[in-house]
Amino acid sequence: MPPAVSQQGPDLFADYHRLPGVADELFDADGQMRPVWRRFVDRFAKLSPTEIATRFERGNNYLRDAGVYFRQYSNEPGAERDWPLSHVPVILHDSEWEEICAGLSQRADLLERVVADLYGPGKLVRDGHLPASLIARSPQWLRPMVGVTPADGHYLHLLAFEIGRSPDGSWLVLGDRLEAPSGAGFALENRMATGRIFPERFPRAYIHRLAGFFHDFRSQMHRLAQAEGRADGQSAILTPGPSNDTYYEHTYIARYLGMLLLEGEDLLVENGELKVRTIEGPQPIGALWRRIDAAFADPLELNADSHIGTPGLIEAVRQGNLSMVNALGAGVLELRAMMAFLPRISEVLTGKKLALPNIATWWCGGEAERKHVLSKAEKMLIGPALTPALPFDVTARTALGGRFAGGAEGELRDWIEANATDLVGQEAVALSTTPAWVTEPGETLAEGRMEPRPMTIRVIAARTPKGWRFMKGGYARIGHSGDATALAMQKGGSVADVWIVSDKQVPKYTMVPEGNAPFRRATPGVVPARAADNLFWLGRYVERTEDAIRLIRAYHLRLATTDNPADPLLRRLRAFLGGYGIDLGKPVPDALIERITMAQACAAKVRDRFSVDGWAALSDLHKTAAHTLRNVEPGDDAAKAMFVLVRKITGFSGLVQDNMYRFQGWRFLSLGRALERADALAALLHGLSDADAPDGALDLAVEVADCVITHRRRYAVETSRDTVVDLLALDADNPRSILFQVQALREQAAALPGAMEHGRLAALSRAIVPIEAFLSVATPDHLTPRALLRLRGDLGEISNLITTAYLR
Amino acid sequence: MFYDIGLTVDYDYTAASDRSRTLVRLMPADIPGEQRLVSQSLDIQPRPDERREGRDFFGNRTTMAVWHGPISSLRFQLALQIERLATPDRADLSPTLRELPAALALETGLDPLSPHHFRGPSPRVPEVPAISDFARDTVRDAMTVRQAIETLGHALHEEMRFDSAATSVETGPEQAFEQRSGVCQDFAQVMIAGLRALGIPAGYVSGFLRTTPPPGQPRLEGADAMHAWIRAWTGPATGWIEFDPTNDQAAGQDYVTIARGRDYLDVAPVRGALRSAGGQDSRHAVDMVPLDEEA
Repeated sequence: MPPAVSQQGPDLFADYHRLPGVADELFDADGQMRPVWRRFVDRFAKLSPTEIATRFERGNNYLRDAGVYFRQYSNEPGAERDWPLSHVPVILHDSEWEEICAGLSQRADLLERVVADLYGPGKLVRDGHLPASLIARSPQWLRPMVGVTPADGHYLHLLAFEIGRSPDGSWLVLGDRLEAPSGAGFALENRMATGRIFPERFPRAYIHRLAGFFHDFRSQMHRLAQAEGRADGQSAILTPGPSNDTYYEHTYIARYLGMLLLEGEDLLVENGELKVRTIEGPQPIGALWRRIDAAFADPLELNADSHIGTPGLIEAVRQGNLSMVNALGAGVLELRAMMAFLPRISEVLTGKKLALPNIATWWCGGEAERKHVLSKAEKMLIGPALTPALPFDVTARTALGGRFAGGAEGELRDWIEANATDLVGQEAVALSTTPAWVTEPGETLAEGRMEPRPMTIRVIAARTPKGWRFMKGGYARIGHSGDATALAMQKGGSVADVWIVSDKQVPKYTMVPEGNAPFRRATPGVVPARAADNLFWLGRYVERTEDAIRLIRAYHLRLATTDNPADPLLRRLRAFLGGYGIDLGKPVPDALIERITMAQACAAKVRDRFSVDGWAALSDLHKTAAHTLRNVEPGDDAAKAMFVLVRKITGFSGLVQDNMYRFQGWRFLSLGRALERADALAALLHGLSDADAPDGALDLAVEVADCVITHRRRYAVETSRDTVVDLLALDADNPRSILFQVQALREQAAALPGAMEHGRLAALSRAIVPIEAFLSVATPDHLTPRALLRLRGDLGEISNLITTAYLR
Repeated sequence: MFYDIGLTVDYDYTAASDRSRTLVRLMPADIPGEQRLVSQSLDIQPRPDERREGRDFFGNRTTMAVWHGPISSLRFQLALQIERLATPDRADLSPTLRELPAALALETGLDPLSPHHFRGPSPRVPEVPAISDFARDTVRDAMTVRQAIETLGHALHEEMRFDSAATSVETGPEQAFEQRSGVCQDFAQVMIAGLRALGIPAGYVSGFLRTTPPPGQPRLEGADAMHAWIRAWTGPATGWIEFDPTNDQAAGQDYVTIARGRDYLDVAPVRGALRSAGGQDSRHAVDMVPLDEEA
């Protein structure tokens, strides 16, 4: 239950003041509160700072628990940053929003016409409305795409616009985003978080929902995928992979929309058709929502150094077998310099002015424009022309108010004259401010205060058969300092939810099908070969890790009782572990951390198919092993540490076993675990049960295999080679026996696609059955060291068969 | 002049690849006023499962070849008869370097021959300050564009040493210029960087150079392999001219063009992407003989 709203306490907005010379979202030009904020402020302004802090913390917890993060490009690989939510929403009335969207709709149509011309007739350039030298120098104008028309006739399907409010209260477009626009998933996450912060029916019932937009977008992707008689064409999201800064959003939106999340290597092009490699062979893809920059999409015809693309992708587009959202090459429209020409092009092509103007921009490549920029340099942002960066993405190569941002010396005039074609001047607009809850470093949330911060809003639109469909909401970027000269939006900024509020209650909308359509269970969908491969290896690495932890634990337990590293059994164990590259010089060996890291890396690549809890459990295991327990002492201390790690890793395994849906992907995880465990047991018996093994080796094997109690109960005698081999290799009821795991392998293999060929077992099952038969009839004396080695070789062959048949 | 041209390119892969796709630019095109194909064949072994002929943006002929199964080696065999037309000696009507920007400003449109494609940095020829400085020190503003091209080409030929072992196909102009040595590809890309720094639109040409020189003339560098030289835009009157910095001469009747682009990447003879774990090894051999010398 949310805490009751108290009616005492100071007004949270009492000290909030509009900054001079800029517009503010809360207060209008006359200093009056905008009516659309009134009900929100009335409702929440009287919350005590403690109550506010509790609510905000609830939002943060939601984001943390859901695993929402933001990857920062930095020198530290994999640096993840907490999602920087600014908890106070930006509120706009739906009438104002509709006006904005009408303007952006006109702009979207114009952008479509411009890109169609740039990759078609080229009239705009020939007639001088766009400078040839500018387009020719743009890395985003892709020559291989010239003359290629999109399968469905449209270049643009999903657009985002960055807009801001200028001091006179009107809205301006600051940038068009159509290369691989991000943000739709962020908007959803922000909405989930603000739902936790402000759960009351008011305001909830009056805020327009986001789900309707996603429903329409998903339908459009389906239409595109199945156009032109491609009845079985699927739609998918193409991601650059886990190292991308917005990868979390890709996994989130893929789960939300129920779409495949693919990387370039998942795809292949055959006879001009794009296909995804799955465990059931290549399956057709009809539409791709790409989140990778076009230049990296096809190493054969575009950036040859790309490792994230798919050779032949352009060929599939060229042959009309693939729709791209958006077309490869659309990114040329994002150039800053484009802003200088769009207003005039609108008049030339449509006879109409842009209803929603963009930020005033001048390309310095034109003589008159260059003079203008020089004369007004004090009031301009002067920076690179050929970049898609937004006006406020200031680099050292930007001049602000007539000076270089990086502090570089030099004459502005000389710089502009020498680099004219590479530069634009943009009017340095002071963006509007919006309330943000601000704390100084070291302050708690409860010690914060409401302050005005500059903001921009990202608006998202999708093409539908009925025209552009706008998300009723979006997300706002909030500057990290109060300085309203638009500069604060670089690193360190935060994001806020955008509420489009109606006077009336708005209808509920979810992703559930409309009307009276009967419930239909969605088919589980295909499993890409790479996803299956990662799950298979995740299974192997997790099992391999557990095995290592148990061995290391046994070593330190023994060390604690003997206190003699020269003990023959300890020596044997060191050698055995050494064979796996595990050096016991450190109580928590580097090789162990490495195994956990490998497991995590596999899990990271299937995050769209992986439970949030499972991911958290793996991260926790890594943190504990790599940091918390790093400095334990050998012996008892280290053994205790290994107990902790065993508990954590078995926790993960239990989670997977209990909670993971039995889709085909899960079978590969199970195959990986069974294979690894069978192999580890064979290795253990080979390493510790030979005739020369030191005293206690057999007991150790039983201990490592977690079978001490079972052994005692079943055999009621001391360990002998026969009892140990019987229990750890041949006992079909013991989950820690080779036979048990081989049976698991056989069962999983039988349930995979293509398990039978022409009425007979396929190669994989044919390889498993003889092993199972051998173990079923063997007696312990059959399992000589040589037989154990042969068994390990056979298991390795099974791994190869799985890979060949399903994983590539 | 009629030529018989034979080219064989071989690739060996240390690990058989799963599937392969290559984009081949080996087949010359008819170029009005320059060259005419008499006969042509491009044989690819093993036979690809898919093969499609096409043209790229700059009008070069392309062959897309796809293999659905693993291949361990690849052979391209090109056999051509081609007529290379004489390029008449023309008067130097090119503008001076000082006048060039104004001439460029009058060029609109983005057709493949537009000089605008060849002015800025391209994937394999970025701006290289050391080359820019060298180029600016070599020419004077009052020179015509054509004089500037010949002057820079001559200077680079003097400055750089031909060394077939000094660089690889991946070497960029910056490194080649720094070590002052390389093969035809390096000479061409260094010169392109220099010309662009002077404001002269410049591109890359791949092709063939006759193997044995006409009687009494020295054998040229690069004649036993595929060759590369440059083309540059000399203003609206005379358009594009071609120059071979490796041999410090205009690319005339001894030259046959395969492909043109902004730099090596636009004309790479075999661009391939193979899903293969191992490395690859390639060789190629060229023979270009005037028809009347064969008897």
